[in-house]
Amino acid sequence: MITMKMNGLEVKAEEGWTVLETAKFYGLEIPTLCHHEGLTPYGACRLCLVEIGEGPKAKLVSSCTYPAEEGLVVHTDTKRVIEARRMMIELMLSVAPYSKTIQDLASKFGVTRMRFKIRNEECILCGLCVRMCAEQMDGKAIGFQNRGFQRKISTPFDIRSEECRLCGGCIYICPACQLRCQGPQAETAICNACLTMDPTCLDYYDELQCWMYDAGRCGTCVREKK
Amino acid sequence: MKRIKKFKTVEELRKAIEQQETSRQQEKRKVIVVSSGTCGQARGSLKVIEALKRAIREAGLKDKVTLRITGCHGFCEAEPNIIIYPDRIFYQKLTPADVRTIVKETLVEGRVVEKFLHRDPLTKERAWYENEIPFYQKQKRIVLGDNVFVDPTNLLDYLAIGGFRPFIKALTRMKPEEIVQTVKQSGLRGRGGAGFPTGVKWEATRRSPGDIKYIICNGDEGDPGAYMDRSVLEGNPFRVIEGMLIGALAIGAREGYIYVRDEYPLAVRHVTLALDQLYKAGLLGEKILGTDFSFDLHIAKGAGAFVCGEETALIASIEGRVGEPRQRPPFPAQKGLWGKPTCINNVETWANIPLIILNGADWFASIGTSGSKGTKIFSLVGKINNTGLVEVPMGITLREIIYDIGGGIPEGKAFKAVQTGGPSGGCLPASLLDLTIDYESLTAAGSIMGSGGMIVMDEKTCMVDVALYFLNFLRDESCGKCISCREGTQRMWEIVKDISEGKGKPGDLELLEELAIATKEASMCGLGQTAANPVLSTLRYFRDEFEAHIYEKRCPAGVCKSLIRYAVIPEKCTGCEACKRACPTGAIQGTRKDVHLILYDKCIKCGACLEACRFEAIEAQREEAIAIVKEVKP
Amino acid sequence: MSVHQIINLDSLQEIVERHGYNKNKLIAILQDVQAVYHYLPAEALKTLSKLLKIPLIDIISVATFYRAFSLTPKGRHTATVCMGTACHVRGAPKILEEFERQLQIKRGQTSEDGEWSLESVACLGCCAIGPVVVVDGDYHAHTSIRKVPTILSKYRK
Repeated sequence: MITMKMNGLEVKAEEGWTVLETAKFYGLEIPTLCHHEGLTPYGACRLCLVEIGEGPKAKLVSSCTYPAEEGLVVHTDTKRVIEARRMMIELMLSVAPYSKTIQDLASKFGVTRMRFKIRNEECILCGLCVRMCAEQMDGKAIGFQNRGFQRKISTPFDIRSEECRLCGGCIYICPACQLRCQGPQAETAICNACLTMDPTCLDYYDELQCWMYDAGRCGTCVREKK
Repeated sequence: MKRIKKFKTVEELRKAIEQQETSRQQEKRKVIVVSSGTCGQARGSLKVIEALKRAIREAGLKDKVTLRITGCHGFCEAEPNIIIYPDRIFYQKLTPADVRTIVKETLVEGRVVEKFLHRDPLTKERAWYENEIPFYQKQKRIVLGDNVFVDPTNLLDYLAIGGFRPFIKALTRMKPEEIVQTVKQSGLRGRGGAGFPTGVKWEATRRSPGDIKYIICNGDEGDPGAYMDRSVLEGNPFRVIEGMLIGALAIGAREGYIYVRDEYPLAVRHVTLALDQLYKAGLLGEKILGTDFSFDLHIAKGAGAFVCGEETALIASIEGRVGEPRQRPPFPAQKGLWGKPTCINNVETWANIPLIILNGADWFASIGTSGSKGTKIFSLVGKINNTGLVEVPMGITLREIIYDIGGGIPEGKAFKAVQTGGPSGGCLPASLLDLTIDYESLTAAGSIMGSGGMIVMDEKTCMVDVALYFLNFLRDESCGKCISCREGTQRMWEIVKDISEGKGKPGDLELLEELAIATKEASMCGLGQTAANPVLSTLRYFRDEFEAHIYEKRCPAGVCKSLIRYAVIPEKCTGCEACKRACPTGAIQGTRKDVHLILYDKCIKCGACLEACRFEAIEAQREEAIAIVKEVKP
Repeated sequence: MSVHQIINLDSLQEIVERHGYNKNKLIAILQDVQAVYHYLPAEALKTLSKLLKIPLIDIISVATFYRAFSLTPKGRHTATVCMGTACHVRGAPKILEEFERQLQIKRGQTSEDGEWSLESVACLGCCAIGPVVVVDGDYHAHTSIRKVPTILSKYRK
């Protein structure tokens, strides 16, 4: 057993646990997006940041990938953590303002404005679909390509993949795929009335491109970049 | 090239070293050393070498003169340069046509030819000998200095300067723990950027459980403006490999990799050649020199990714995967290449090891400051007279490097800033010229030591443009995993781009700072964590320049295209038509002897006219159109 | 440029064999394949996937991550402008613009006739001789806007 301190409380973790798993076990709430219990942790969304250590050497790390260490001191809601988290949500929102998941996060954590140019790409490159396809469905039909600001997720050569078995796992797991209602000023508004509503009615989109190439039918897949 | 014979015992190697050393010391011939690294070759050293060979042969001096072709000497500004031993006469900026004169007057008639001597840009005095040149005087070239004495493609040359004596000492007279302690006591810190104590890293790797361990040489010198690792790998690969052999002994590794950037073809070639010769000599491979120590060393090429300089990304690259860093802990010392304990060190770090073993920890610790021991090689480039690689003891000031060694700023322009640490570093202004260089002082000032790149900037460099440049670099080189780094650098770039184009608004700088801090705090690896440094340091020291761009729509340095226009200064224009000829769009009007005029509707601001004018009659003025619009609008 | 490369299966096999069918050597293998075809043809990547038993998407992730690889054919000549910090401060962006004007293509593109590709690189490590341009492996020191047409004419036959 590994003994750590979380928010002042002494906690015990099993060998091989991450800080996030330990926190969850003890009922401490840490927001996540790119984390899923059935998939390996990735650390892309940076929402699960916690502050570890004390004094001038304290730093922020993603709890989903940081291993539980003997004597580690963890704080889940310091000012540094909250401010960093808010900026991550603001960055995600500017890329995918239509995502209900991200809109809900914005409401919950007090992100009230989008100060960056809205890009409307829907994909925040969290990698859940890639890991779902590879690890749970053993498909390996989609993956990350390029790097930096040009990074994207797609099939080889952006055409229908021979490996894709049309399982729909990628769509199922995508957080940005859950569209919110297209109310007034949908692009720029941060709506927090939807916290209590289910995902909304879905419109038809003719020009869709989805990796299953089943365009138009379900309406929840990633829209083609304009 | 003599055939390399295998050394079967330590005694055989020792004898060979003695033989080479003696032969070198008793050298009766004159030796002409030619600096011929990548830069030297680009400046024509190969043609000079051919001319030398021919001229020596034709003068009948083939048996009296030895030609030694080496890697970079470090005084890049003077290349192609030669040094004639035993007198150490230094001739610079040579062309093939000069060779005849040199052979005739200096080699045959024993006279020095003044026009080939180095002339100091500040004092204008000529120096005859290498040690009279101000560029070299304040340097302490314990690592780079040997480049002058070694033909990097010949193992025997390396033996002639005492090469492999340190290895023999480590192999036969020191226990592995002793070697680790020596490195610890020396105070050597990683020369790649972070400055982590090398001995501590070695100790951690050594103590990790397991029989299989790896050592890696990080030659992925990605910082733009830094090329000291290239120089060492090209000019003295044997030194680096000897350091790794000693490291392997200390840590208990049986296999290692030298990771070299794809953009360094000559370094790749010389390292490959060196490995080949060492295998043939029995200094790599199974049962080295008849002992139980076996070590295999491979070369791995990079493929164009700055992030692969990060330890875990480099490991991923050697494993054939994308260079995405991973969370540490576990550190490579515990779990590295293929999950085994791995020690990764920078090229310069490895190059220091043989010297430390040979001369002792105390010797090394006597150089430098209390927290930063030894020397550091800096690449002094940009707006500086004496461009080149300078190796100085830690603790020297920026002023000494830039003025005493570097010879100051060309064309009489004013010093504005010096950028250190590459894209993870920052810009330091004139007020910090007396800063003593060590890891801590640079970090406290808002920059970092980094791999040693030192880019000097003058009054014509726009700091907003510099910040934009680094952000553009980082948003492209980021691996893209963490949203804080990927989106952080992209959005910072967007804001600074708007500012540089005159579209900045009040509140932009505050948003930029907020974003910079978030990028720094939330990113997982060193790239993201330091990505904000260029922006934060330029804001710290040059905020007024950003504000001029935002509030006055003015670029004080005259660089940002949208905020400037090129205009002819009537008093200086001689009507020579040079600018008119250079202009690609026919935007310049005027006949011979008449003051020329630039037509703004045709001008694309390419800068060709400014470059062509020899009378400084063209300058970048404030774009009046924007200024007028701003004044009209309340 | 849409020239379909005819892939010589034997040559690919030879490269993979030389590296011992080792998955870990993927990057070195891709470098060798690119050395033969001057880019990475789609068919070659598909074949490598089968030979090495690596999922195609993983090979593409690697091929698109590293700047050294190109998935589109290159021109007969390649001009690479160094955009390192030292070269930038000495005017590299304006030199890149001049190349773009002279070759009528943007950075990263290949000309219609397949003659020229224009690239930029983050740093070549030759800062002392900047601004640096490399054309077909030849290093050109101290480039200036005016020297660009002269440099190009050396390679245009």
